[in-house]
Amino acid sequence: MSRTLQAPVTVAFDYTRSTGPVLGRFLTGLHDRRVVGGVLADGRVAVPPPEFDPTTHEPVTEFADVGESGTVTSWTWVSEPVKGQPLDRPFAFALVTLDGADTPLLHAVAVDSPEAMATGMRVRARWAEEPTGGINDLAWFEPESADAGPSPTPADSLEEDLTGIITPVSLDYSYAASPEESAFFRGLAEGRIVGQRCPQCTKVYVPPRSACPVDGIPTEEEVELAHTGTVTTFCIVNVPFLGQQIDPPYVSAYILLDGADIALQHLILDIPAEEVRMGMRVTAVWKPREEWTTSVENISHFAPADEPDADYETYRHHL
Amino acid sequence: MRDVAVVGFAQRQMTDFDGSPTCVELLVPIFAECYEQTGWTRKDVGFWCSGSSDYLAGRSFSFVSAIDSIGVLPPVNESHVEMDAAWALYEAWLKIQMGEVDTAIVFGFGKSSAGQLRRTLALQLDPYTMTPLWPDTVSLAGLQARLGIDAGRWDEAAMAEVVNRSLTDAEKNEYAVRSGGSSIEDLLARPLYADPLRKHDCAPVTDGAAAIVLAADDRAREVRDRPAWISGIAHNTDGLQLGTRDLTRSGSAERAAAAVGGLGGVEVAELHAPFSHQELLLRDALGLAGDTRINPSGGPLAGNPMFTGGAIRIGEAARRVWDGTADRVLGHATSGPALQQNLVCVMDSATSGGR
Repeated sequence: MSRTLQAPVTVAFDYTRSTGPVLGRFLTGLHDRRVVGGVLADGRVAVPPPEFDPTTHEPVTEFADVGESGTVTSWTWVSEPVKGQPLDRPFAFALVTLDGADTPLLHAVAVDSPEAMATGMRVRARWAEEPTGGINDLAWFEPESADAGPSPTPADSLEEDLTGIITPVSLDYSYAASPEESAFFRGLAEGRIVGQRCPQCTKVYVPPRSACPVDGIPTEEEVELAHTGTVTTFCIVNVPFLGQQIDPPYVSAYILLDGADIALQHLILDIPAEEVRMGMRVTAVWKPREEWTTSVENISHFAPADEPDADYETYRHHL
Repeated sequence: MRDVAVVGFAQRQMTDFDGSPTCVELLVPIFAECYEQTGWTRKDVGFWCSGSSDYLAGRSFSFVSAIDSIGVLPPVNESHVEMDAAWALYEAWLKIQMGEVDTAIVFGFGKSSAGQLRRTLALQLDPYTMTPLWPDTVSLAGLQARLGIDAGRWDEAAMAEVVNRSLTDAEKNEYAVRSGGSSIEDLLARPLYADPLRKHDCAPVTDGAAAIVLAADDRAREVRDRPAWISGIAHNTDGLQLGTRDLTRSGSAERAAAAVGGLGGVEVAELHAPFSHQELLLRDALGLAGDTRINPSGGPLAGNPMFTGGAIRIGEAARRVWDGTADRVLGHATSGPALQQNLVCVMDSATSGGR
């Protein structure tokens, strides 16, 4: 058995970016199947155009169209492409100096094998079928000599320069819990709530931590905690959001389990939201045993326990 | 200027850390080693500074969780950089120069194996014209390697020599993830991976963490007979756009070396070159003499934990001063695509006043 529990996690989000006058011009050009370079202070034409001249640091304000064909100035072979690259089969990344440009552009070249690549070879742009106003509107380059069939029909030109683009990012991870958190999740799969005690300050953490945040030493002694506790603080969620699983309003609370020194966050249900209060005694409501996994969701929620409220003094140090 | 020295260093390097991406459980024993080397407790540490990345960890504020490994009651003086911990060391050195503190522990951590490292690193590129193509780190290094080969600045045999020397030296490094020298012919007979690079030309994907202890003046002398006094530290960067850089040279490494008055007299240099050709490029850019011993630890080709690999170079170089192997050493760190950013840290056995 692995020391830790691991699970796949995907972190994905879209960045909305403003393009500004220089990149907006470049990306609008790509949408319209033209490549726009920026004229540098020394007269060279740079593709993509930089927003500021790399030598004088003055804004770049002059533009020039360059060719859609060019020369490979360096290349490398991508034998194992990764997700999101221009081609999902082996291909070349290359630096391509387009006709009329003085600096090379990074992009893909679609060929079948590294033998088809050479420094100095001539390539031309292959445009995407449906332009979106991004670097991928230039789908890839292909050898000028290749008979790649007709280019797709040009799209209608944009009437104004693009001012913004959306660039999605998505990353896949194998996410690991720490050994101490793993003990907690494995306990939940058996219907137990497991904490650990810091050997120095004797505080009991749930979930247990790889190091006591007070003393910086690992928590060690395992402590099985009660399934009852006290609400130390809470909030009523009234706002709907993406991924929400319960209809608002509902209560998210900090619950100090009996025997623990740190509160656990969970839901309070089976009571009208406006009746939840600090000091309220609650008890864990578990899902049916056959639904248990190594997840805190094995506990469906907490519900009021049939007990009087806790005295403020018993939890004031945990606020 | 105050005299500031590297007086402690602890590290771990591995192919796959069976633990959390915040590496808390990995950092606890590393700090314990630092306390043992110095005789300090955490209350003797005036400032803490870390280097790491949330993109690598796949979770937000991963550096905040890592602080559990310090223990923070009473609260500590702490900061973080989203760069290699070598840049955290620079921040800590400044903090000591400002007179605010006398001591610091700098640490870095990263679990590269949690995601697909060469892909994750595409997020450090220009987000408009590069990241949407997801150019992986190995491909960018391949483009750079070929430019140098075509320009006659290095060749595949010279790259193989770097690999052979590094992996032979790595046999003596207990933390090396990859080791074992071979012959140049053997290496060149192996298959290409990212033409013109072979797998052994690329640093292995490595998980790990490291910590470095800094101390000023007498605090340093209390810890070591031969502290590694920092006599020069500087960093510099090249532009965002690959196309406007001459990738066969490193202007930023040249400028960083010039800023510390050149690297003459350096006996041992630990260079953070994650690809074999980059060591050849850096030797030139930094103006290292032919007899400078390079990467006796085995260097990044033997193990390169992200956000830690550069700091490890400084720690490894400092050890050569502590043990009397050398009187003047260099620790170098890089960050960004194709050696975009470079940091040099020169250390001497004597303080500048005594030289």
